[in-house]
Amino acid sequence: MRDIIRMVVVLGVMAAVSGALLSGVKSGTAAQIEYQQLKFVKGPAIKMILEGCSNDPLVDRFKLKDGDVERGFYVGVFDGNPNAVAYETSGKGFAGPIGVMMGVNVETEKLLGVGVTTHSETPGLGSRAKDDPSFGAQFGGMSVFEPFKVKPDGGVVDAVSGATITSRGVCEGVTEGGEIYARLKPQIIEQAKAFGK
Amino acid sequence: MAKTIVQEFTKGLWDEIPPFRLVLGLCPVLAVTKTVANGVGMGVAATFVLVCSNLLVSMLRNVIPSQVRVPCFIIIIATFVVVVELVMQAVAYPLFLQLGIFIPLIVVNCIILGRAEAFASKNPPVPSIADGLGIGVGFTIALGFLAGIREAFGAGTISIPFSDTVIQLFGASYEPFTFMVEAPGAFVCLGLVLALMNLAGE
Repeated sequence: MRDIIRMVVVLGVMAAVSGALLSGVKSGTAAQIEYQQLKFVKGPAIKMILEGCSNDPLVDRFKLKDGDVERGFYVGVFDGNPNAVAYETSGKGFAGPIGVMMGVNVETEKLLGVGVTTHSETPGLGSRAKDDPSFGAQFGGMSVFEPFKVKPDGGVVDAVSGATITSRGVCEGVTEGGEIYARLKPQIIEQAKAFGK
Repeated sequence: MAKTIVQEFTKGLWDEIPPFRLVLGLCPVLAVTKTVANGVGMGVAATFVLVCSNLLVSMLRNVIPSQVRVPCFIIIIATFVVVVELVMQAVAYPLFLQLGIFIPLIVVNCIILGRAEAFASKNPPVPSIADGLGIGVGFTIALGFLAGIREAFGAGTISIPFSDTVIQLFGASYEPFTFMVEAPGAFVCLGLVLALMNLAGE
């Protein structure tokens, strides 16, 4: 009997100490891990879209509730003016969802550019929507509220050759992104202002 | 067992170098040695876990009832593995992406449980640390060595651990022998190294 109690106590105490230690480490590293994930998953697209901004958009970020989902927004400061935000939407690609990062100038309400963050498209074909910056760059200067379509569908966007479905998915994502912008515009402008120096 | 601290450390470097002499812990040895950076990263993570778990197991060796010693060892090891996993995500995220599932799998690495059972649970803390450090460094050297051979022939490069630098060994005209960085290449390479180790030992 004594042995059993001793086993239970030793194991219980060890499990408790381990649990306490791990929750400490977890909460201590949570912020840093979130930043690292942003940096390596979404960072390249954000950097490309908000090129030339004087702040770090991965630090200057805020979250807004859009219905049931929470969306992250990344602020770009140009000439001391926080007038650009980047945020992520998604479209349906050839082999799964495509994460689409898009940047909007909140003063002119025009797109700054579009970049693909996560995708499972065919390497060498659909993946060029991510790797070829000229595809995302052509969205620059267009109005946010426009519905986007690729040329074969009667739109203005040049599809990546050999990857019409992927390009269509990106257009879908950007069009949806325009709707998100229309819904959240007052909050976005309000929140972005706070990052002005 | 009248070995000195130095002997406890150095035995892990040659006499008992884990993958080549004990032929233990082969899962990460075969899987993550595609590049030197990955191999050494894995070795350092395992060394940290090994030293910490050896120290704790040795300190608690008179408290832990022998009937439940394995669950106790696993709690200790698993705790340090999760610490390593979280810290690696926070400071070396690309390495974490590369090593992926093999970091959590350090928990069931038989080198670590083996050292806890065979050494740390019977010896005082200081020799246990020396033992853990020696075996860990030996494991890291073994991973780095095997990865060096595979990466040099398989990709024509050597990647420096903990930096983004990659050295081109044979110039641009080198046609990579990609068999070496694929799974069968790992077995062939390991087999050749084991054979050489046996030859050298005779």
